[in-house]
Amino acid sequence: MALIEAQGLEKRYPGTDVKAVAGIGFQVERGEAFGFLGPNGAGKSSTMRMLACVSRPSGGTLRILDRDPVSHGRELRARLGVVPQDDALDLQLTVRENLIVYGLYFGLSLTHMRAKSAELLEFAQLAEKAGERVEHLSGGMRRRLTIARSLVNDPDILLLDEPTTGLDPQARHILWDRLFRLKSAGVTLILTTHYMDEAEQLCDRLVIMDKGLIADEGTPRELIERHVTREVLELRFPPGEQEAAGEKLGGDVEVLPDRLLCYADDGDAVLGRVTELGLHPLTALVRRATLEDVFLRLTGRSLTD
Amino acid sequence: MSRLPAAGGAHLVVLRNVWVHKGGTPWTMALFSVYEPILYLLAMGVGVGALVGRVPGVDVPYAAFIAPALLATAMMNSALEETTQTVYGKLAFDRYYHSLLVTPVTIRGMVAGELLWAVLRALVTGVGFLVVIVAFGLARSPLVILAVPAGLLTAFAFGAAGLAAAAYARGWHSFQYVQLVMLPMFLFATTFYPVTVYTGWVRVLVEALPLYHAIELSRGLALGEVGPGLLLNAAYLLAFGGVMLAVAQARWTTLMAR
Ligand SMILES: Nc1ncnc2c1ncn2[C@@H]1O[C@H](COP(=O)(O)OP(=O)(O)OP(=O)(O)O)[C@@H](O)[C@H]1O
Ligand SMILES: [Mg+2]
Repeated sequence: MALIEAQGLEKRYPGTDVKAVAGIGFQVERGEAFGFLGPNGAGKSSTMRMLACVSRPSGGTLRILDRDPVSHGRELRARLGVVPQDDALDLQLTVRENLIVYGLYFGLSLTHMRAKSAELLEFAQLAEKAGERVEHLSGGMRRRLTIARSLVNDPDILLLDEPTTGLDPQARHILWDRLFRLKSAGVTLILTTHYMDEAEQLCDRLVIMDKGLIADEGTPRELIERHVTREVLELRFPPGEQEAAGEKLGGDVEVLPDRLLCYADDGDAVLGRVTELGLHPLTALVRRATLEDVFLRLTGRSLTD
Repeated sequence: MSRLPAAGGAHLVVLRNVWVHKGGTPWTMALFSVYEPILYLLAMGVGVGALVGRVPGVDVPYAAFIAPALLATAMMNSALEETTQTVYGKLAFDRYYHSLLVTPVTIRGMVAGELLWAVLRALVTGVGFLVVIVAFGLARSPLVILAVPAGLLTAFAFGAAGLAAAAYARGWHSFQYVQLVMLPMFLFATTFYPVTVYTGWVRVLVEALPLYHAIELSRGLALGEVGPGLLLNAAYLLAFGGVMLAVAQARWTTLMAR
């Protein structure tokens, strides 16, 4: 039995006509890392809030741990861990107190939380910061604390809304490492991101969301194989020459405002043809296809714009 | 191991507030809260009191007449402070209540918890100011001690109103409207003189104010003039608080469901 089952799930906010989530279906199995990849406004957070049992679906069906999130919200919330997009830490408490007090909200005892908080601080590499006010933490530390906080109740499912947005590369890698550990410990992870490398690194399976809908679903490899070639040749030309070069080259080419993408199983062969045709790109780069290319293929837009 | 917290987790919201205030002892808290009413007691009670002498009809020294009213307003203000500005800051800027939404704490639990905390906060103020009243030699009856539990009822009524206001606020400026109501209420709801100075519809208006009933209750007990009228005052505060609490609960539920 899947831990989460959604069918035709919709969210429309009061006072608006637009469906932030316009009918999506997916299943999440125990122990898997499941991702929602999509640009700003795709409806990722709206979906996550419904999964967290704080936002009532406006249509479709949703079952979490075989229960209804509306009628059994409170009971379910006790078994979920949530890392919201904004940390929303308790700014008036210290790092350790944030963990302890949060545990109390879950009905855990003070004695239990004293021990548990030490363990979580260790896990989040925040032991030295235990007595500091949250205000004095860096963005990466806050994020780690928010993740540690979401683990107070040893959740069955951990929901992470953009866990690494706004962090520097080093902080992201530390976080990824922590999430890998949780995953190996058997925690089911559901995360949203608009970084394709993050989705490729962390997710066993993912859906690509755009405008409230799911564009496709699969493992990162499957999606890449289904929609794009093995390699991509990126070419940059002086402004104005892009279109012409694209037409001359022909084949499977995507013309973007700032560059050309040529999809091919052998990128170097295409690069050879570019030279034969007498084209002189400013830069040329052969790379492996990524989820970003998949997204571009599915929606005609790049993820980051 | 873990059971869902009772009462929607209201007591945990209180506990968190106590925790945050653990740096300041109840005594420093009380000291800050009685500072302003002491100033009124000195300026009006002692200063104006020297001109007034004894209050006609009640026949007590002027300071002893206003002290129980200042007790009621001090407790009211403590509860209001906690439920308006403080709660609004946590709601709009810290997003504290949003972070609670994903825990087993319920929205009703949050509201009840903040109200309970406001009442506790008022208790500290009340005890502090009672000490002041006794120290100034203004206690006229042993029943003055009951003015503190009466003040808890006042704190409940105004705390509930404050929670409703905080949920309707559109920014800090919204609380100017609260001041717009509270200041005249403080000045005119018989804090400084008996209601008999009013006649006609003005008197009806003043008698409709919740603070009037809070002061009547407090003053009646403090001066040892106990009668069935006090039950009506208490009932009024209870009803007003109950309605405000219902409004607050409803508003918080829609606000947090966004
Ligand atoms: N509380 C709300 N009230 C009204 N509309 C909302 C609310 N929250 C989100 N929306 C709208 O729903 C749509 C989807 O928003 P959502 O936050 O789910 O997107 P997202 O994929 O998480 O985007 P981002 O990557 O920017 O976080 C947007 O058009 C947004 O304006
Ligand atoms: Mg979002």
